[in-house]
Amino acid sequence: MAHDDGDRHHHDHGSDLSEMQLRTRALETILLEKGYIDPASIDVLIETYEKKIGPRNGAQVVAKAWVDPTFRQWLFEDGTAAIGSLGFGGRSGNHLVALENTPAVHNMTVCTLCSCYPWAVLGLPPLWYKSAPYRSRAVADPRGVLADFGVTLPKDTEIRVWDSTAELRYLVVPMRPAGTDGWSEEKLAKLVTRDSMIGTGFPKNPGDAS
Amino acid sequence: MNGGQDLGGTDGHGPVMPEPNEPVFHAEWEKRAFALTLAMGMPGGWNIDMGRFVRENRPPGEYLAMSYYQIWFAALEQMSKERGLMADDEIAAGHSLRPPKSVKRILSPADVAKTLHRGGPTERDTNMPAAFRPGDAVRMKNINPPTHTRLPRYVRGHAGVIERVIGCHVFPDSNATGAGENPQWLYTVRFDGRELWGADGDPSVTVSVDAWEPYLLSAG
Repeated sequence: MAHDDGDRHHHDHGSDLSEMQLRTRALETILLEKGYIDPASIDVLIETYEKKIGPRNGAQVVAKAWVDPTFRQWLFEDGTAAIGSLGFGGRSGNHLVALENTPAVHNMTVCTLCSCYPWAVLGLPPLWYKSAPYRSRAVADPRGVLADFGVTLPKDTEIRVWDSTAELRYLVVPMRPAGTDGWSEEKLAKLVTRDSMIGTGFPKNPGDAS
Repeated sequence: MNGGQDLGGTDGHGPVMPEPNEPVFHAEWEKRAFALTLAMGMPGGWNIDMGRFVRENRPPGEYLAMSYYQIWFAALEQMSKERGLMADDEIAAGHSLRPPKSVKRILSPADVAKTLHRGGPTERDTNMPAAFRPGDAVRMKNINPPTHTRLPRYVRGHAGVIERVIGCHVFPDSNATGAGENPQWLYTVRFDGRELWGADGDPSVTVSVDAWEPYLLSAG
């Protein structure tokens, strides 16, 4: 299903891709010739979001919250400061709020009006997060959306959906998987998936750690 | 604006389609469109709310048919033209045809990390007291400005509860039009799913939005 979507996406926008390539090149040329941009900055920006800022940052936050009760308390009281202490923050992460999943409450984040996403801890959002299906239904039918991810929650679990309409950025802290007693933060971080920090998935099972 | 971007609760968009092992970018041009947009923020001088309005302010059919980075690209072209940084004939030629407009600063490679780390905090000092406290009952105003707003249609007119007083933050409705930051108290407001979606709504669901004081009426 997901594979079909990939094909459809590329097919639908197939003719646009080369056109967009040309248009982007033209715009970049003009901006360069005018001296509005430094080409090296463009390369650094791309490299930063391809290699340095991504869900591994958030996974580190979550793993620390799993092993360190003091940090965990700080994280839920002042997400910006606690996450900032690990070196993460700034653009799309100046004001961070961590949301605690419990057996009774499952949190899920969305931006119905655009694509607000905690770049500082999760990197750039996946295509589905920016897409109309997710943005339209996450607030009205979160259980239906979770089903699209193969996620089913007990009927009596409260689902809290957070629509990011301001500059607060939300990070879901999933529950620590059972069977991970004594694991190090580094090892635990490998279980933390991007989707589990958006609220559309769970961490990996200890047996799936790689 | 009541545009194609205000998607909460709309139907017919189909299922969510996660892409396994999704790359950060799907094409080379997306990388460039993304990075050019970030880099041009400095010489361009626009703010994030102006950028959001330019992206959403297009026919809904067009908005929904465009990919995310196509929208970013179109907004970058438009904002650059509106500020006289370049013109249509230059876009057609694919080259600069006249001297640049003078700009205050451009983003140097050495400043990228610092600039990203600074980001764009929106909290501001204020002497005004906050009108609401956690637990207060509120009702969202029914407003329909043709300009930028961050009050989604699906909560307008609905009753909710103040969950959290966030702080005093830049008010996008003002900032997007160039009328200044006009900082206002910002709150997280929580709604029962059935208040928003009716008796058939899932009783186990609550939804919250972050809403500035000018969006709120007391319902206590």
